[in-house]
Amino acid sequence: MRRTSPVDLIALTFGFAFLYLPILILVVWSFNASKLVTVWGGFSTQWYRSLFQNAALMDAAWVTIRIGLVTATLATVLGTMAAVALVRFRRFRGRGLFGALVYAPIVMPEVITGLSLLLLFVAVGLDRGFWTVTLAHVTFTMCYVAVVVQARLATFDRSLEEAAADLGATPLRTFFSVTLPLIAPAVAAGWLLAFTLSLDDLVIASFTSGPGATTLPMRIYGQVRLGVTPEINAISTIMIAVVAVVVVTASVATKRREP
Amino acid sequence: MSAPSSDHGSGRLVVGLPFLWLGLFFLLPFLIVVRMAFSESAQARPPYRPVFDLADDWSTTLDKLSLLGSGNFSTIFADALYLEAFLASIRLAGTATAILVLIGFPMAHAMARAPERLRPVLVALIILPFWTSFLIRVYAWIGILKQEGLLNLLLLNLGLISEPLEILNTEIAVQIGLVYAYLPFMVLPVYAALERIDPTLIEAAADLGASRIKTFWLVTVPLALPGVWAGAFLVFIPALGEFVIPDLLGGSDTLMIGRALWVEFFNNRDWPLASAVAVLLLVLVLGPIMAYRALEARREDAAQRSLRP
Repeated sequence: MRRTSPVDLIALTFGFAFLYLPILILVVWSFNASKLVTVWGGFSTQWYRSLFQNAALMDAAWVTIRIGLVTATLATVLGTMAAVALVRFRRFRGRGLFGALVYAPIVMPEVITGLSLLLLFVAVGLDRGFWTVTLAHVTFTMCYVAVVVQARLATFDRSLEEAAADLGATPLRTFFSVTLPLIAPAVAAGWLLAFTLSLDDLVIASFTSGPGATTLPMRIYGQVRLGVTPEINAISTIMIAVVAVVVVTASVATKRREP
Repeated sequence: MSAPSSDHGSGRLVVGLPFLWLGLFFLLPFLIVVRMAFSESAQARPPYRPVFDLADDWSTTLDKLSLLGSGNFSTIFADALYLEAFLASIRLAGTATAILVLIGFPMAHAMARAPERLRPVLVALIILPFWTSFLIRVYAWIGILKQEGLLNLLLLNLGLISEPLEILNTEIAVQIGLVYAYLPFMVLPVYAALERIDPTLIEAAADLGASRIKTFWLVTVPLALPGVWAGAFLVFIPALGEFVIPDLLGGSDTLMIGRALWVEFFNNRDWPLASAVAVLLLVLVLGPIMAYRALEARREDAAQRSLRP
C-alpha cells in the first residue's frame, strides 16, 4: 500500500472539517449559558430544560415522529416493490416512464413537489393534516428506498432465486424466503433513510400540512425566522445524537451480518 | 427470469402499485399545477378562479386561450424581478456545482486511494451529515456568518480585517450554504466511480511511461466523468429550486426562484402566480432531469451486463 500523499491528506482534512465544524459548533452552543454565540457563559443545560417545557415544540416533535413512522413503513413497501420492478422486470410497457418517475422525485425541487401535491389535495377535496403530509412524504421517500434497494438487488447472485424457482417455489414465496433475507440490510437502510427524510422535511410539509399537523421542522423554521434561539440548538443536538447513534448501530449490525 | 414471474399476478402488483402511486401523486399533480397556472387569482377559499372549466365547450375554450397572453405568465415575463430571480438561481446553482466539483473531486479521489480498511469509515463520515437535519445544518451557518458571528470574531482576532464583514444576507452566504449542504451529493457518486477503476489500468499507464499527471488526466478523469456528471445533476437540479438556503442565509435581497414561489404562495396567497412560477421552473429543470435519468439508466444497464458471464 502506498503512503497517503499530502494532497490527499489536505483534501480530507479540510473537507471533513468543513462538513463537521458547523455541526460541532451547534452542539457546543447548546450547552452555552449565554444567549450570544460569541460569548461563552459557562456550561449549562438550561436550554434542554426549557425545551422540554416548550409544549408547542414537544407536540410538533410527536406529530413528526408519527408521520415519520407511517411514512417510512409505507415508503419501504412501495420502494422495495419499485426496486424489484426496475431490476427484475426488464421489459414491461411503460418501463421508461416508470424509471423516470422513480428518479425524478429525488432531484425535483421541493417547492414544485410540495405545491403540486397541495393542489392535488385541494382538487380532490382532501382535508389537509396528518394524512396529507404522510401521503406527500411517502411519495418522495419511496424513491430513495427504491434506489437504495435497487443497488443491492442489482449486485447479488441470482442463482439462489433461480434455484428456488426450479424447486417449485412461487415467485412470491421465492421473494419472501430467498430474496428478502438477502436484501434485508438495504431494506432496513431504506426504511431509516425514509424516516429521517420525513423527519427533516420542511418545504413539502409546509405546503401539504393543515391545522393540528405542524411538524417539528415547521416549528423550528418559525423560531429561526424570529431569531436564533438556544432552544433550537438543544433540539438540534438531540436530533444529531439520535441520528448518530442509530446510524452507527445500524452499520455495526449490518457489518456483523455479512462477514 | 422476467418472463415467468411477470405473467404471475404478484408480478403485476409489484410493477403496478408503485407505478400507480407515482402516477397519482407525482405525475397527475403537475397537470393540476399547469391548470392552476392559467387560472385567475381571487379572494376566495381556495384563492383562485379557474379559467378552464370542464363545462366549457370548444369555442369558449378557444376564446379563453387567446386571452392567455394577459395572464400570470405575462405578469412574470413583464416583471424584471422574476427574470432576475431565475438568472440568480441558475448563476448560484451553477457556481455551486462548479465549486463542488473542485472540492468534491479531490476528496473523493483521496477517499478512493485511502487504505481499504479505512474506506467504509470515510464513506460513513460523508453520509452522516446527510442524515442530520438539512434545516439545522443550514441554520448553523447563521451563527457563523452573521455580523457578530464566529467567522467575523475569528478574522478580527487574527487581525485580517478591522471591521466585521457583512456576509449573512448576501449572495456569498447563499453560495457557502449551497456548497456546504450539497457536498455529500457530489462526493459520493464521484467516489463510487473512482473506486470502480481497475488499478491495473493506472499501472499499465505508468508502465507505458506516462507521468502521474498524464495518467490522472488521461485515465482517471475520463473514467470518473460519469460520477462527476451524476454528482453535478444531483446538486444542480435541486439547488435551482432551493428555498431553505436563500431564505435563511440570503435575506430579503437575494431572490432565488424557489423563494419567489414560496413568497407568492404563502405571503401573497397568489396560488395561480405561484403555479406559473412552478411551471417555468419545471420547464427549466426538465432537460437536466431527463439527462440525469438517461445517465442513471446507462449505469444500471452496465451493472446488469457486468453480472452476466
